[in-house]
Amino acid sequence: MTNHTLSVLVENKPAVLVRIAALFARRGFNIDSLAVGPTEHEEISRMTIVVNCEEHPLEQVTKQLNKLVNVLKIVELEPSQAVQRELVLIKIRADADTRSKVLETVELFRAHVVDVAVDAVTVEATGGSDKLEALVRVLEPFGIKELVQSGTIAVGRGGRSITDRTLRPLEKTA
Amino acid sequence: MTEQTSPTPPKAHAASGQADKTSARSHPGPTPLDIAARAAAGSPAPAAPADAATQATAQGSASQGAPGQGAPGQGAPGQLEGQAKHAVPRPSAPPAQHSAQHQAPHPAAHQTPQQAAHGGGHSAPHAAKMKVTGAQALVLALEKVGADVVFGIPGGAVLPAYDPLLDSDKIRHILVRHEQGAGHAATGYAQATGRVGVCMATSGPGATNLVTPLADAYMDSVPVVAITGQVSTNLIGTDGFQEADISGITLPITKHNFLVTRPEDIARTIGEAFHLASTGRPGPVLVDIAKDAMQATTDFVWPVPFDLPGYHPVTRPHARQVREAAKMITEARKPVLYVGGGVIKADAAGELRRLAELTHIPVVTTLMARGAFPDSHDLHLGMPGMHGTVAAVGALQKADLIVALGARFDDRVTGRLDSFAPDAAIVHADIDPAEISKNRRADVPIVGDCKEVLTDLIAAVQQEQSAGRTGDTADWWAQLRGWRDTYPLGFDEPEDGSLAPQYVIERIGKLAGPDAVYVAGVGQHQMWAAQFVGYEHPRTFVNSGGAGTMGYAVPAAMGAKVGLPSTSVWAIDGDGCFQMTNQELATCSIEGIPVKVAIINNGNLGMVRQWQTLFYDQRYSNTSLGDKKTELRGTRVPDFVKLAEAYGCVGLRCERKEDVDAVIEQAMSINDRPVVIDFVVHHDAMVWPMVAAGTSNDDIKYARGLAPQWEADPE
Repeated sequence: MTNHTLSVLVENKPAVLVRIAALFARRGFNIDSLAVGPTEHEEISRMTIVVNCEEHPLEQVTKQLNKLVNVLKIVELEPSQAVQRELVLIKIRADADTRSKVLETVELFRAHVVDVAVDAVTVEATGGSDKLEALVRVLEPFGIKELVQSGTIAVGRGGRSITDRTLRPLEKTA
Repeated sequence: MTEQTSPTPPKAHAASGQADKTSARSHPGPTPLDIAARAAAGSPAPAAPADAATQATAQGSASQGAPGQGAPGQGAPGQLEGQAKHAVPRPSAPPAQHSAQHQAPHPAAHQTPQQAAHGGGHSAPHAAKMKVTGAQALVLALEKVGADVVFGIPGGAVLPAYDPLLDSDKIRHILVRHEQGAGHAATGYAQATGRVGVCMATSGPGATNLVTPLADAYMDSVPVVAITGQVSTNLIGTDGFQEADISGITLPITKHNFLVTRPEDIARTIGEAFHLASTGRPGPVLVDIAKDAMQATTDFVWPVPFDLPGYHPVTRPHARQVREAAKMITEARKPVLYVGGGVIKADAAGELRRLAELTHIPVVTTLMARGAFPDSHDLHLGMPGMHGTVAAVGALQKADLIVALGARFDDRVTGRLDSFAPDAAIVHADIDPAEISKNRRADVPIVGDCKEVLTDLIAAVQQEQSAGRTGDTADWWAQLRGWRDTYPLGFDEPEDGSLAPQYVIERIGKLAGPDAVYVAGVGQHQMWAAQFVGYEHPRTFVNSGGAGTMGYAVPAAMGAKVGLPSTSVWAIDGDGCFQMTNQELATCSIEGIPVKVAIINNGNLGMVRQWQTLFYDQRYSNTSLGDKKTELRGTRVPDFVKLAEAYGCVGLRCERKEDVDAVIEQAMSINDRPVVIDFVVHHDAMVWPMVAAGTSNDDIKYARGLAPQWEADPE
């Protein structure tokens, strides 16, 4: 089984997320990660869904997703043809003795400190999942007090946009 | 790997990065409610949706020119305008309006298509606009989309809708006794007529009582629109009285659903709901409307452009796929046409017959496709599947090519999937791309409407044939005829002289004939109805296939009879099924819906008992419905004859073979009231042939312990 990254353009309407999540649950597909947000067009939201499955179930899930009336377009992004990013916020135990070592590590990963307290620092890092996993591994010995991670978001490389052609009918309707 | 015609094959978009839903559509514009106009006139959609006059004209002329509009058997797609009755416009505005509005000129919204076509549309720029309540907008929109019957029950949250409904002279509301009855009636109406069935209920329990019929309609792809009242917007989410999240509840059992909270969205949403329900792969659509949205005032505008940017069903099959299929058809030595309900929904029975006769390929029709091909036709092998004929099951198992048309390789047809038709290449045509290769991988996938697929396929096969490539199915037919002659459908008469249920159903089929509509419940009687009635026309067998909803028959027969008032409608029901929904006989009596109900009364949940006999050591746990101490056959609790009479129906009983014809004829002679016949039958009759659940079709038994001899092949 391999990870597949689906970019799903959906109408920005109530209950769209639940329709998609429910479809995955009902058809027995596991969502590895899911990120939703607005796009450059206010009437369209974009979901990035990472699913871990074989080729045949992926075809079935894509077809089923396509049947949802609120789904406008689905594109599978090949890892080599796309930029994929996750965001992680990590609160690390850091007192006066360890703080500089923590900061050194953070620097190595080009992460940023976004909050400092007497006994902790909070770090923000973005990257692919490999990089973030490595960061977490290195920070673990200091003591991770809290960790929160976003789902993957991804965009295809090159000049083309997946929203271009989707939007044409929307503009006409408006 | 053959080419995938699905609009979104995953690899295709991986490769191109751009394959998407929009790429498959031919007209990227908005979808105003002029489907019939476009289908009939062959003209593209009017460019400017706001130009009401233009559109009204287009619709009017199309409606006039549309052949056979509103006729039974007309297809779901392109139906919307065709259903519209040409009723006289109402002389006054709906009652709840202020007097100022009474003086307003007749809004164009009330005009018939002809009037609009004859200049009504140019009276004023505001011709298609009028001030109405949301509830009035709902009723007007229902009239506009051509709903002529609504099955429902009022209640608190849906009360506003019922007020203008009282004044509609185009919509007949039929007050049912339970919302489940409303849902199944709408389904029966839709199955029998091909038009969209409509049901209505209030919020909370009213809406949740629609859940079973919606699930049922979803499994069988039946075009149904359910309208439910919802508590007022300020109460939504507060656990208000009779509040239920019905759009959330029905999410996985509807094609789509809507929660409408603004009055200005009501008319458009109704238009969209009918469009969604009746086009593409049909299915149920629920519209949940908040009470305050129905009470508030809005402008009624019609026609109204749809806001469905993500909905583009593909109906035109891919030419190369069709050519490839035609080539395989003419090359195959052992081909079979595996016909599903999609052929009936696409109104493609005529095309199917042409293809079968052109190629001389045997036809099998699934439970949902009974009637798509005449049972009397020599090319017909009957029903495949768990209780299919030996010839139909054997044909699929031994085929080298299966052409699946509007069928979905359901487990009741395939048996154990990994041993299903091991040597067959698959051509799979379906309007729903997600069905293709879902259960069995298709070698040639064809996404499209079955009527268009068959039309193109006929042309492509003719081309092959004129190039001298004709198939040779002579050996195959010798084999098939052997199976058909050796293992015909049949049954044994009970040794104790009691009535055989199969005999009863066979006689009903013979006497009522192929022009009647037969509606079955779920269980043994359903299978016997599929096997022994004998169907010649599409939409004459209505039943609950995918969901297997016991209690379907009485309300669905009621709906079918409402849709086809001049057709004889027989419900063939079991005593178990009948007791789930027979309250609708009150509706039938009072509303003048003279259905005929044949209860096959074996005093048991017969199909479950059959499985207990075969697979549970004859341990009959909770399957007897009668009083075991006093009743040998059937059940007298309740006494179905008295019950029928209590409902204002004629109640008849038949317990002897020699009385069967007379009682059926007596029932047929009564047309002013519903008739219920209690056929008391033997409780140990079984449905044969049978492929036990989870086993291979190869292990079919044509009677208990008796397997057909496949190797008696001429090969």
